[in-house]
Amino acid sequence: MAKMYLLNSLFLNAEDLQTLQDSFLPLLKGVLYYTIPLTLISFFAGLLLAVITALFRISGVKLLSGIARVYVSIIRGTPLLVQLFIVFYGFGNLGVEFLKFSPFVGALIALSLNTGAYASEIIRASILSIDKGQWEAAESIGMSYFQSLKRVILPQATRVSIPPLSNSFIGLVKETSLASTILVAEMFRKAQEIVATTYQPLLIYMEAAAIYWVICFILSLIQDQIEAHLNRYIK
Amino acid sequence: MLSMKNISKTFGSLEVLKDISINVDQGKVVVVIGPSGSGKTTLLRCLNVLEQPDSGAVTIDNQTIDFSQKVTKPAIRELRKQTGMVFQNYNLFPHLTVIENIMEGPVTVQKQEKSTARETAVRLLEKVGLGDKADVYPYQLSGGQQQRVGIARAMAIDPKVMLFDEPTSALDPELIGEVLQVMKDLAKEGMTMVVVTHEMKFAKEVADEVVFMDGGYIVERGAPEEVFERPTQERTKKFLNLLQH
Ligand SMILES: Nc1ncnc2c1ncn2[C@@H]1O[C@H](COP(=O)(O)OP(=O)(O)OP(=O)(O)O)[C@@H](O)[C@H]1O
Ligand SMILES: [Mg+2]
Repeated sequence: MAKMYLLNSLFLNAEDLQTLQDSFLPLLKGVLYYTIPLTLISFFAGLLLAVITALFRISGVKLLSGIARVYVSIIRGTPLLVQLFIVFYGFGNLGVEFLKFSPFVGALIALSLNTGAYASEIIRASILSIDKGQWEAAESIGMSYFQSLKRVILPQATRVSIPPLSNSFIGLVKETSLASTILVAEMFRKAQEIVATTYQPLLIYMEAAAIYWVICFILSLIQDQIEAHLNRYIK
Repeated sequence: MLSMKNISKTFGSLEVLKDISINVDQGKVVVVIGPSGSGKTTLLRCLNVLEQPDSGAVTIDNQTIDFSQKVTKPAIRELRKQTGMVFQNYNLFPHLTVIENIMEGPVTVQKQEKSTARETAVRLLEKVGLGDKADVYPYQLSGGQQQRVGIARAMAIDPKVMLFDEPTSALDPELIGEVLQVMKDLAKEGMTMVVVTHEMKFAKEVADEVVFMDGGYIVERGAPEEVFERPTQERTKKFLNLLQH
């Protein structure tokens, strides 16, 4: 009997197809309104934070590199889920109007801080991987530190950092699902809501998984394009 | 034109340059030779302050930096604008095409119009015999070609002095000649040059003065025929012997 049920549940009947169809639009809304904006905004905000943090780290100024170290250490040493709860529930409960974030903004802040810390290590390693001779060649034609960085080092470091940064980006797409826990109506929360009314957890969560997979697959195709472009000057 | 007065440089406890003084007149070529680790590279790097000496002074054209006083970054950059540096392993910018490599200094540092910088770059490329390679990336060139681009890039900032650090020692033997030829042409046109190299033939032909360094000291100096044919110091003799074998 149990076996029969399992078998049955692996094949889609007409009712299942209807459920899938009905749930697709709400899930897609979750993707378009929340999952994608959350990913994009927190990735680019995180990237900006990461570049600044990486530059602090390698600045040789004790105070700056100290700040960068502490930030990276705290973020990397604590779970993202806990960070989301602190930013949303924790700060929201302080009674300070300014720190009462909407779920979306709370998720943006936590995800950006998180991405910034991890990506800063990627960027730092990429900058350090560029041959010292490149700095010297840049300086020898009269460039300042920031000119060398902007014109010579960062363009090359970008190439090095694309594969690991793509990893972070794709990871971030999936991590946005954690925002469901602080009431952001992104795709996974939508899926949970649908399950609550349809009682079809396997079907709906598989559908959600498939949508995540499609997004990540498209992203990996874009990554290939970017890599091909940046590798044009490499043998 | 260019002078280095009483320059000393230590790395940690290692004294790499010990009270070095060198004078190079306008249009003259000085060749520096010496065993590995004797401080030749450090000497060149002190000349354009890629390495900051502990004491002494460097003068180029009319600008002096006295390293016993506080040295400012703008002063260092000003001095660097007077010098072009050619590296042993070229250090071309791999993400830029050949012509972009050459235009980078004039455009980014000297704020020249791109069109002006491009004209100069094309002229320099023709001069080093690479007029047809403007739009390729460095990896598409042979070592000798890359080094000639390196020379063109250094020349593009219109320096008063050119510094060469073993410009041919990373090259296959058959590619050395083309680079030395470009350097000879430069010398003929009256460029002031300081060249670290062990190419004796080049030194004999082009150098006005040969400086032999060992252990951070200048052991012997003089016209090439004197230093090469009639060295007075034991260490010079030994080193020249080694070079010939
Ligand atoms: N940045 C540095 N930090 C510590 N030691 C250094 C540094 N640069 C050079 N040295 C040391 O200084 C000494 C002189 O080095 P330098 O590169 O000037 O020698 P060189 O004459 O150019 O040798 P080579 O013929 O091998 O190029 C060497 O012992 C080297 O190890
Ligand atoms: Mg050297």
